[in-house]
Amino acid sequence: MRDTLTRLRYRYWPDHLLGEILSKRWTETAVPVLLLLIVGFALSRVLEHFLSPASLADTARQAGEIGFIGLGMALVVIVGGIDLSVGSMFALTDFCALYLLDVLNWPVPAVVVATMVVGGLLGAVNGLLIGYLRLRAFIATLITLIIYRSAFDLLIQRYSNAIASSLPDIPSWDFIGGGDVLGIPSVALLYVVVAIVGHVFLTRLRPGWHITAIGGSRRSAYNSGIPVRRTIALCYVASGVLTSIGALFFAARLGTVGGDIGVGLEVIVLTATVLGGITLGGGKGSVVKSLVGVLIVLLMTNGLTAMNARGGVNRMALATILLAAAMVDIRWQKNRTRIISKVYVAPTYHALPPPPPTEIGKGGPFEQNDKLRDVSLIGLGRIEAPEDVILDRNDVLYAGSRHGDIIRFYPPDYERMEVFAHIGGQPLGMAFDSQDNLYVCIGGMGLYRIAPEGTVEKATDETNRSLYSVNDDSRLRLADDLDITDDGLIFFSEATVRYEMDEWPIDGLEARGNGRIICYDTKSGTTQTVLRGLKFPNGVAVASDGQSILFAETFGCSIKRYWFAGPKKGAVETVMDNLPGYPDNINLASDGNYWLALVGMRSPSLDLAWKMPGFRRRMAKRVPIDEWLFPNINTGCVVKFNEQGQILESLWDLKGVNHPMITSMREHRGYLYLGGIANNRIGRIKLENADPDFVHYDRRWRRHS
Amino acid sequence: MKHFRLGQQEIVFAVFAALFLAFSIFLKGFLTADNMLTLLQNVAVLGILGLAMAVVVIGRGIDLSLIASLAVPGGLVLQMVQNGHSLHASLLAAGVLAVAIGLVNGWLIAYAEVPPLFATLATGLFVAGLGQAALFQLDVVQWSDGMAGFERLGQGSILGIPTSIVMFAIAAIAVFVLLRQTRWGAFIYAVGDNAFAARVTGIPSRPIVVLQYVLAAVIGCFAGLVMAASVNSMPTRIFNSTMIYDVILVVVLGGIGLSGGRGGVVNVIIGTLLIGTMLNGMTILDIPYAGQNLIKGVVLLIAVITDTILNPRNEETAQQGDI
Repeated sequence: MRDTLTRLRYRYWPDHLLGEILSKRWTETAVPVLLLLIVGFALSRVLEHFLSPASLADTARQAGEIGFIGLGMALVVIVGGIDLSVGSMFALTDFCALYLLDVLNWPVPAVVVATMVVGGLLGAVNGLLIGYLRLRAFIATLITLIIYRSAFDLLIQRYSNAIASSLPDIPSWDFIGGGDVLGIPSVALLYVVVAIVGHVFLTRLRPGWHITAIGGSRRSAYNSGIPVRRTIALCYVASGVLTSIGALFFAARLGTVGGDIGVGLEVIVLTATVLGGITLGGGKGSVVKSLVGVLIVLLMTNGLTAMNARGGVNRMALATILLAAAMVDIRWQKNRTRIISKVYVAPTYHALPPPPPTEIGKGGPFEQNDKLRDVSLIGLGRIEAPEDVILDRNDVLYAGSRHGDIIRFYPPDYERMEVFAHIGGQPLGMAFDSQDNLYVCIGGMGLYRIAPEGTVEKATDETNRSLYSVNDDSRLRLADDLDITDDGLIFFSEATVRYEMDEWPIDGLEARGNGRIICYDTKSGTTQTVLRGLKFPNGVAVASDGQSILFAETFGCSIKRYWFAGPKKGAVETVMDNLPGYPDNINLASDGNYWLALVGMRSPSLDLAWKMPGFRRRMAKRVPIDEWLFPNINTGCVVKFNEQGQILESLWDLKGVNHPMITSMREHRGYLYLGGIANNRIGRIKLENADPDFVHYDRRWRRHS
Repeated sequence: MKHFRLGQQEIVFAVFAALFLAFSIFLKGFLTADNMLTLLQNVAVLGILGLAMAVVVIGRGIDLSLIASLAVPGGLVLQMVQNGHSLHASLLAAGVLAVAIGLVNGWLIAYAEVPPLFATLATGLFVAGLGQAALFQLDVVQWSDGMAGFERLGQGSILGIPTSIVMFAIAAIAVFVLLRQTRWGAFIYAVGDNAFAARVTGIPSRPIVVLQYVLAAVIGCFAGLVMAASVNSMPTRIFNSTMIYDVILVVVLGGIGLSGGRGGVVNVIIGTLLIGTMLNGMTILDIPYAGQNLIKGVVLLIAVITDTILNPRNEETAQQGDI
């Protein structure tokens, strides 16, 4: 009863989603967005007309104006600087626009262009000082703040009357100031456009990446050849231009040049920037963060003003909320990765019946023997991590290595060794196609093809993205083993979509169906996921009917069969289950049956733990990773089975000296070659009663040498 | 041969000397004893605030709430006395308030790890709001009879030297002794130079950060009292002015780098003298306020650019996040 409840709870409650959602980059913005929602909700309850269209439009207008300045500030802060002069630039460009329009009577388009040029020039002064002369941003913009402000003060002393006395009535100017499209203010519309362009620029384009790189580490950016000085200078120019756009809308809306315009604006914008989660010091930030920050500050100040709060109370409330949000945000940013690493591992319920016996004297097909005692060793100490081995018709032996190489050994003694091809990643399962190309599954990279002369080509490294998956599962993380059908379809397994190559045993701790079978069509070049939710699918072999594949589920301890064509197309049947160990690669034997490697043997402790997801979750949270209870992968064996699911033979190494760990085996001309992902050797043993002419892929492609 | 290195401190001092010389030669009434005293008197409060800022900047921080610490505790004294409390009680309350401001700043920065720029911005806003909303009845808190005698803190003279200058000197000596003669001062330098190294060495770096901000707030409060005594009122609207930028300029121009661990009281005095000379000279020249600011800004800019050209920042050793 309790078991059933646990099973149902872990079957239907998506534990794994929490960790996956948290590890998304966009959750960094979670705290500011949450704060925005709280502030918005609170204000809509307190204030009657807060959500009325007029009020919203008014807020949008102000938000647009400050939003432009916020975008400029965000850019400058992301590149690792600060711009304190925005308030003064705002005042100067506001004056510039009104002076050109009211006093010099320029046409509106010319005014707009000229104002933006002036803004750009003012920003260029900052950019020159900070980017090229390398002044400290804080000091430089502090000084330009004072200079621009005093210039503004001098100018309005002379011209404020002239500006105040003229009231131009120009429709296009009025549209900038107060117009709207379908109720959305002009400034908000333009802001949305600029924000989208800005988002694409920062996240998808090279110059945007340069900006983030410089902010993240100026020195590394400089050393990798990014034009640091120019990029920084241009950011300040952009800040000036964006400020002038905000000022244009402000000028068109109010048409005044009061002495206190833009005083303290830098504080508001800076507050918004930090509150949105853009880190002072650079390297982190986004357009959305800037927008959220501006909205929070604006809603709070407007809301408090609307509530007729005294100036002082207004300030106190603002300061309190700012500090509280900053503290929460800083804690969140600091501990986010730690929280993710604690909650990412999400074990689930996995029950297996007691395994069949393997002890000597108990009988049964898995009874231990010492047939692997006389394994001879190839490349001892010269190769690392040969997960799979394969031989061509000239008896040359190929194996992957931990260093991302495909190594080959030459007959007859397999002493001479050379690097056949370098791919990178971790080479895993291998197969020859009918043209003698070697296809290799590379952990961390995908499916690769090596031509007979040794040139490496990528076959595929992505598949269709699942619709409901939070993690982006289109990239291949852990392509594992493959086989090729007569029609040129390559079926390969991807062991897990939740973990990387180096942490694959953790997937066994989770025991959720995280893996999948993927089909790559060599004719059309397309890749499709055909089966999902498998418990670490591993070995793949085309069955004798040519319409189905056999595949092993390592942590499901079972062999299944999937029909990709013929009358049973789409069906999945279990061939064998409740194996005593964790099945790995499957390969054809010379008598038409299949070899299967058991990479490790089951243990009662992990079998029990698999029924106790809560226990494993507590373990993952509280115990350091090197103390976790992992699946045993130290001892294993090779078995032979047929398509009816009967075990015909098993081969063991009792002493565990010569070849204790086996992840794959390949029969070739009367010998069996053994590979193991944790080994520094390849094993070779003579088989009794085997076909002395058997070459795996010559048999597959019906060729006889 | 001793190699003379032209650092920012020397450049600023040279600019100051050149200005002083030029004003002395070309400006009638500049180089008189009276004018010198006026010059110093005008910048005494700025200088005291510069000392407060220097303590924080040396510890690699910045305190934007300094003007609030100047205005609100000072104003509180005047307001409480006006409301009939004794001067001693009022001073005690102001002191407690100043220490509280410093503690909150320090806690936010050292323990909650809020960036100093942001934390002090917010606390300054909060304290100014508190004064406006709960403490003061008017924007300018007026002098009252209960304050009699207290004006000697800012008016009159001791041995012929105006009291505000003496107060600046006292504050300078106190800060000098603290920074150079005590273990806590050495710790402040260590934390400012390399906070991680200081922590690894076993220096209580977090309490030291708190100490910096408490000191800054207390010195700021002292500056507020001197200011209130010299003008017989406390204009609390000073918080809205750009005075905080002048304070930062005094410190930075004097040669105390914002990256921390460098400089001392001498730098503050040099910075204060430069600003004071400029303001005084321009006042004698009858340049309007906005024009004064413009010239001040340009001179400062030239000084900083000269420093950067003579002592360029090294791309390899520049500290990350040093803005």
